[in-house]
Amino acid sequence: MIHSLFLINPSGDIFLEKHWKSVVSRSVCDYFLEAKEKALEPEDVPPVIHTPRHYLISIYRDKLFFLSVIQTEVPPLFVIEFLHRVAEMIQDYFGECSETVVKDNMVMVYELLEEMLDNGFPLATESNVLKEMIRPPTILRSVVNTLTGTSNIGDTLPTGQLSTIPWRRAGVKYTNNEAYFDVVEEIDAILDQSGTTVFAEIQGVVGACVKLSGMPDLTLSFMNPRLLDDVSFHPCVRYKRWESERVLSFIPPDGNFTLMTYHVNAQNLVAIPVYVKQSISFFESGSGGRLDVTVGPKQTMGKTVEGVMVTVHLPKTILSVNLTATQGSYTYDNGTKLLVWDIGKLNPQKLPNLRGSLSLQAGAPKPEENPSLNIDLKIQQLAISGLKVNRLDMFGEKYKPFKGVKYITKAGKFQVRT
Amino acid sequence: MTDSKYFTTTKKGEIFELKAELNSDKKEKKKEAVKKVIASMTVGKDVSALFPDVVNCMQTDNLELKKLVYLYLMNYAKSQPDMAIMAVNTFVKDCEDPNPLIRALAVRTMGCIRVDKITEYLCEPLRKCLKDEDPYVRKTAAVCVAKLHDINAQLVEDQGFLDTLKDLISDSNPMVVANAVAALSEIAESHPNSNLLDLNPQSINKLLTALNECTEWGQIFILDCLANYTPRDDRESQSICERVTPRLSHANSAVVLSAVKVLMKFMEMLPKDLDYYGTLLKKLAPPLVTLLSAEPELQYVALRNINLIVQKRPEILKHEMKVFFVKYNDPIYVKLEKLDIMIRLASQANIAQVLAELKEYATEVDVDFVRKAVRAIGRCAIKVEQSAERCVSTLLDLIQTKVNYVVQEAIVVIKDIFRKYPNKYESVIATLCENLDSLDEPEARAAMIWIVGEYAERIDNADELLESFLEGFHDESTQVQLQLLTAIVKLFLKKPTETQELVQQVLSLATQDSDNPDLRDRGYIYWRLLSTDPVAAKEVVLAEKPLISEETDLIEPTLLEELICHIGTLASVYHKPPSAFVEGSRGVMHKRLPLGGDIGGSPAMGAGFGAAPAVMPASLNAPVGGGLGDLFDLGGGVGMPMGAYIPPKTVWLPAMKAKGLEISGTFARRAGVIQMELVLTNKAMSVMTDFAIQFNRNSFGLAPAGPLQVLTPLGPNQTIEVSLPLSTVGPVMKMDPLNNLQVAVKNNIDVFYFSCQYPISMLFVEDGKMERQVFLATWKDIPNDNESQFQIQDCHLNSDAASNKLQGSNIFTIAKRTVEGQDMLYMAIKLSNGIWVLAELKMQAGNPNYTVSLGTRRDGEQHY
Repeated sequence: MIHSLFLINPSGDIFLEKHWKSVVSRSVCDYFLEAKEKALEPEDVPPVIHTPRHYLISIYRDKLFFLSVIQTEVPPLFVIEFLHRVAEMIQDYFGECSETVVKDNMVMVYELLEEMLDNGFPLATESNVLKEMIRPPTILRSVVNTLTGTSNIGDTLPTGQLSTIPWRRAGVKYTNNEAYFDVVEEIDAILDQSGTTVFAEIQGVVGACVKLSGMPDLTLSFMNPRLLDDVSFHPCVRYKRWESERVLSFIPPDGNFTLMTYHVNAQNLVAIPVYVKQSISFFESGSGGRLDVTVGPKQTMGKTVEGVMVTVHLPKTILSVNLTATQGSYTYDNGTKLLVWDIGKLNPQKLPNLRGSLSLQAGAPKPEENPSLNIDLKIQQLAISGLKVNRLDMFGEKYKPFKGVKYITKAGKFQVRT
Repeated sequence: MTDSKYFTTTKKGEIFELKAELNSDKKEKKKEAVKKVIASMTVGKDVSALFPDVVNCMQTDNLELKKLVYLYLMNYAKSQPDMAIMAVNTFVKDCEDPNPLIRALAVRTMGCIRVDKITEYLCEPLRKCLKDEDPYVRKTAAVCVAKLHDINAQLVEDQGFLDTLKDLISDSNPMVVANAVAALSEIAESHPNSNLLDLNPQSINKLLTALNECTEWGQIFILDCLANYTPRDDRESQSICERVTPRLSHANSAVVLSAVKVLMKFMEMLPKDLDYYGTLLKKLAPPLVTLLSAEPELQYVALRNINLIVQKRPEILKHEMKVFFVKYNDPIYVKLEKLDIMIRLASQANIAQVLAELKEYATEVDVDFVRKAVRAIGRCAIKVEQSAERCVSTLLDLIQTKVNYVVQEAIVVIKDIFRKYPNKYESVIATLCENLDSLDEPEARAAMIWIVGEYAERIDNADELLESFLEGFHDESTQVQLQLLTAIVKLFLKKPTETQELVQQVLSLATQDSDNPDLRDRGYIYWRLLSTDPVAAKEVVLAEKPLISEETDLIEPTLLEELICHIGTLASVYHKPPSAFVEGSRGVMHKRLPLGGDIGGSPAMGAGFGAAPAVMPASLNAPVGGGLGDLFDLGGGVGMPMGAYIPPKTVWLPAMKAKGLEISGTFARRAGVIQMELVLTNKAMSVMTDFAIQFNRNSFGLAPAGPLQVLTPLGPNQTIEVSLPLSTVGPVMKMDPLNNLQVAVKNNIDVFYFSCQYPISMLFVEDGKMERQVFLATWKDIPNDNESQFQIQDCHLNSDAASNKLQGSNIFTIAKRTVEGQDMLYMAIKLSNGIWVLAELKMQAGNPNYTVSLGTRRDGEQHY
């Protein structure tokens, strides 16, 4: 099982280590740091590294490496999933996951890690269980603690720990009972030069913020559940009901959680909300080239496309750009060769355009690679797959909760080839 | 106020200051001090000097302080074992605490203190906690058994904790069950044959019930444990599959992949015509696709596993090609894996799409990725015949880009295409030749030279081209040198008149000026061939080449089967069996897919593993005795033809170890000639040729009397039986065990080694009859210590039948006498090396056990 954990910052400093079995010398990280040196980008460090005596499984998240040391055969996905949980836990407790935050809360992070694993076996990874055992820091609490001498550590057994619904504690009470759901869809797509869709799919997430007293039993149904190709549920969802009736039936965790994720990959169902007309060309002589990009709305179901942003990875030999944007503004970073054009809202009457000249470094040949465009966008109040929540019912409690559903569509990995 | 304040006191007296604070009367101050100590510890500072002071803070009602002290203890107890004893009392007391949280905490922490002395004190509290009324304590105690086992395995066994742990599998609480399974699995890993997780339909049922109710991590442990079970029949298999399928919709990707493993394995047992089989296949695709939208690290592990799954069952993902299309911002390790799977899924139906993608990738930035994309185009051409033409034209387009590394890769793969489809695409040679100068990598140069040599008759200036390479002959890598030598010889055989000078030049370069033995040898061989028999040279050098196999990159089927059983593990990421790399897993059990009722899917897997020849004792007597036993074992049928005993064939070389070649065999003595009877089976995907065999020196000078007669190439899944006559005049060297024979078998792929043991009886020669008088004299001559006795059990033969039977194996009865109801047979054996062995066989009527006394005159012979 998981032997040790090291947190490493991008410059290669180890700033936290935790061992769940015997202590492993931190020199084991040298193998990882070596691999990190070799990789061009931090993202490119291979997640599984073999050393003579150990395996190193790592993730790169929030500009930090979470590196775990393994000595026996362990499912690597188990380790990777756990490392992401650690990152989420830090985020959840301290608002962000960064080196500073971890250093500022070193002891609490250490205590939390101790609660999360025992001898390398996961012990408590549910946020609500952890929070009952170690209360997250708040200003009020720290004042109270100093005055009264009480501590952040709970001394009763967390109620969720052993029940068949470990995600919910007993005795939750709210004065305002509310349940909100966010349907967030991301479009992953690859468009080719001519604008034809090479590949497109939708990754959807139904997030929830549920603040309900007692033990509510909820049922959420969709207008068109057959749209979904594959679904993954929070453990609270009763799979049998979904199989037979296509409804989500569950006792929710308290607070924020991801109820389900799904994807839609039937090509014809995936609408592409914008089109991009682009031409990036270089002169044969090799002295420079031209760039001309226009973005327009396509299938938007009558909604406005907002937050549009185009990112171009220009070839390494580009020296400078001289462009004009009819809408929004552009920035160009010569170090990373990234051209970012922030457009904002799309106006169908007046399509935004960015054009101008590119100049190459003196003597550089015509670039070999084709730059590629990444698109960002956002559409409020629309799930592009057409998924709609039909109704939400509550059983088991008497009060009437406030309910709400929000939809939003975003671009995921939305790429246009040139 | 944040914890960073704890790091500010890095001045000289830091430890001293902390000491004072730890001993303070104020609780708050103490706690702050312990926090400072922990903070220093987490960043790797040594604060072990404070051990006694910190341990003093342990006796407290404050849970936070207690936990902090425990954290410290776990880290430093090992370095201060004597001090750690101080903590024992508190632990034992805490294990009795009314608060289950404290009981659990105590037992949990105690297990983490890896000090031998403490473990003794741990046993009693642990035993209580394993039976605690609170499931939270029981589940913690279950893990503690695994911890203790890691420190002192013997103690855990002696104390009977393993049995208690097994009982916990039937616990009413699913979390306890999951933890017990996890602990047992971890313990079982260090005892591969202990049979700790003895699974039967009842325990499987309990696990399946717990599966639905435990946490995501518990589900992983239970699923991995289920995967080790072999259902009795297809109905049980189906019912398990049905209950595991819902896990495919779990949000935790590790749960999903473990469920996939169980399903992939148990599916093997389902009849293919079953409706449910088809349904299950369809259910597997969507979750695998969903794994690819997760974080890149998860994607990577998923892709490595999908790579195995598409090789085993391509039908699952055959329509999902597009999800493997590479995205611009995928990390490089994801890109490379996706590319590999794209090729595996390429078929006539989707090849156009795939090629368009690959061409796109060939213009990307990352050089490694571009190279692999170009190679992938070549693999497509070889895999999908209909696409070859399109692939070649795509490659030509890429060559036109003149991007150096693209051109070089393209030439390497075009060479393979030429080999796969000879005489089809030679029209492109002209284009290739234009790029000759830009090639600077050995592989590309070698490929180009091969092309020029192979098609020398169609290239007008082939001699000039090759000559240009010859100038810098000594600076080239061996690969290029060898290729150049062969290419020029080919050219000479095709156009002898103009190229005589060139061939002489290259032969002298290769034979006289080179230090490389391979190159020299090849040079000499060509030279002699050319000078003695040009016709033969033509036949050898210009012989038709075997077609290259399109599936060379596939994982060998037996390995694939094993890896499928290890889906989701490190083995599946490395595509190696766990025995190959997991430390401390000596004798890991090979897992294998169950054999389905109507599926011949995994041929001879069972026979391939574990059938290592029984280890024979080292002295001569034992093998002879064992042999004698065998000789009788044959018994039974009176009408059995008289003949030497032939042991059944055993597997000597499993296919796993020999790149797909499996050898089983036995030894026999027929008409006075010792024969090695071999069965060669090709379990690889490619044709095997050029078999040869050699023995290491051995105790009786056994050597092949002729070459191995495998004349026809051995196709995939073909089996051939060969009989190899042996002589006993080879070099002699004492082996241990005496009858051990080390064999090397070579084929076109590699050389493989194995060892086997021959029955000594095979060496008994026909002229082993001895005169009575000589026998008597010799028998008396034998010194006592050269004599030994043992029993042969359970033989139901009378003395005459035995005598007849043994004679068939060249064991001759010299005399027979009956004393007190016992038949005594006196027998002589002559070994092939001229050594006589005399035996006395005592048989009692009605008693199936015989006593044999063996003796030999030659001193030291028994100990040889």
